[in-house]
Amino acid sequence: MAKKRVAIVGTGQTLHRSHRPDVNGQELINEAVQLALQDADLSIQDIDAVVIGNMDHFEGINYVDCWSVDGSGAYMKPIIKLTTGGTTGSTLAIGGYHIVASGFFEKVLVIGWEKNSESDTTGAITTAFDAVWDRLVFAGAISGLAVEAQAYMARYGATDRDGARVSVRDRKHACNNPHAQLRKEVTIEDVLASPMLSDPIHLLDVCPRTDGACAVIMANEDVAEKITSTPDWLLATANRHTYSYLGDVNWGELESMADASRELFGKTGIKEPRKEISVIEMYQPYSFAGIIWIEDMGLVDRGKGPEYIWSGATDMGGELPINPSGGVIACNPIGATGLIRCAEAALQVMGKADKRQVPDVRLAVSTGFGGCMWTDMILHGKEKPEV
Amino acid sequence: MSEKERLIIESGDVVQPFNYAIGLHGSVFFKELRDNRRFMGIRCPKCKKVFIPPRRVCGECFVEMEEFVEVGPKGKIGTFTILRYAFIDPETGEKKPVPYGYGFILLDGADTLFQHYISIEDEKKVRVGAPVEPVFSEERKGTIRDIQYFRIID
Repeated sequence: MAKKRVAIVGTGQTLHRSHRPDVNGQELINEAVQLALQDADLSIQDIDAVVIGNMDHFEGINYVDCWSVDGSGAYMKPIIKLTTGGTTGSTLAIGGYHIVASGFFEKVLVIGWEKNSESDTTGAITTAFDAVWDRLVFAGAISGLAVEAQAYMARYGATDRDGARVSVRDRKHACNNPHAQLRKEVTIEDVLASPMLSDPIHLLDVCPRTDGACAVIMANEDVAEKITSTPDWLLATANRHTYSYLGDVNWGELESMADASRELFGKTGIKEPRKEISVIEMYQPYSFAGIIWIEDMGLVDRGKGPEYIWSGATDMGGELPINPSGGVIACNPIGATGLIRCAEAALQVMGKADKRQVPDVRLAVSTGFGGCMWTDMILHGKEKPEV
Repeated sequence: MSEKERLIIESGDVVQPFNYAIGLHGSVFFKELRDNRRFMGIRCPKCKKVFIPPRRVCGECFVEMEEFVEVGPKGKIGTFTILRYAFIDPETGEKKPVPYGYGFILLDGADTLFQHYISIEDEKKVRVGAPVEPVFSEERKGTIRDIQYFRIID
């Protein structure tokens, strides 16, 4: 079977909140699935296969693919679970893309979800790392991000005000997104006055823990344009799950992002990403990443991230808006987070992003981050790619 | 190998019995640390990078490594943070005492970083690039806690 072109034809997201005691996990998943089916005007009978994932040791449910069937609608359908830590959501999207592109399945339902309120997030993340070499001092995601920020600041003289500017941007953008958990504007001073969690990361620099689910329906070229007149074509994917041990990381830059960007832009002939890409939904779990990782992506030169952020270029209405949804700092149901980036990029390409819509989106990038400083990337486009 | 020793991971009063093989290379590291207060890394025959902790395969070159190299004990801070937020230590089930200094140490002669505590007695001195040395435990058992922490050398 020949490789098929793949498009996103529908998306659904729950209203993401810090705590959703009104639903259990299957019911949370079902909310997102129903919304995605409605969005694509399909029924569950139209779906040929299901891909699902979360960070399974958070909720302590081992066979999520099996356990979730009542909610996912996978009854008597092929279903597979994918889980890769923080990158789970973007891995789900890339996995779904591969499955549809293979030609074996025409329409695939991709689901990411998390009930973070039911987990010990820091404990669970810490125990994802090596018991002997990595656990003595490691303190979950925030410590791993703090050491990246420290290394970057030492190298380029960036300050905590630079980081705060990114948080101000994302939290402002989130006010336009009804799905976001945190929808409140903050100032630079608010960020700097919030409690120091792990130097240099303040409370308002970093993402929350969220309950939420996201579902995306992918279809191949034979049916995508029959389902919607505005499919979001997936043009290419790239990923780098580079390191195993935390001590092997080149702290202060994200090598996995640099490598993945080169591959993604190389495959699609993008020479000047800043000019050619209309919008980016970045899995940016804390503010300083908004400076560092755009350098790795090749948008600006090394050390120039802060200047570009302060110029307003990445704000709504700027040269290249980043995170119109408010991003991860405003909302983080971890196993869904990467898939939400993908869904938000799809909404932008399909012209369905309402108040957070960037005008005339031709190309969009969504990313995933996780594991030991890993990166996933997807390029989305309005035009059907040539074979 | 005739001699088999068990690596004990201490969890305070909490008992978590499990078996976890650290491999021959990890075993060399802990024996040298316990018996001779030496840090052993390993050099890749292809890219020449010296890895700590030592492991059997250089993932990037995908070749087996055999040449152990002594590194440290002195080094400098590669990067660090000071942990200030309270969280439950999954190793003990107890609240981890904060604040503490969390360092990635570039031991002399190594190309990768070694994680451990850094003394934060004088926070102003804790900087990327600051020279450090290990403070060893009186009684060494062949665990990562045979080092108490790294301290800044004035």
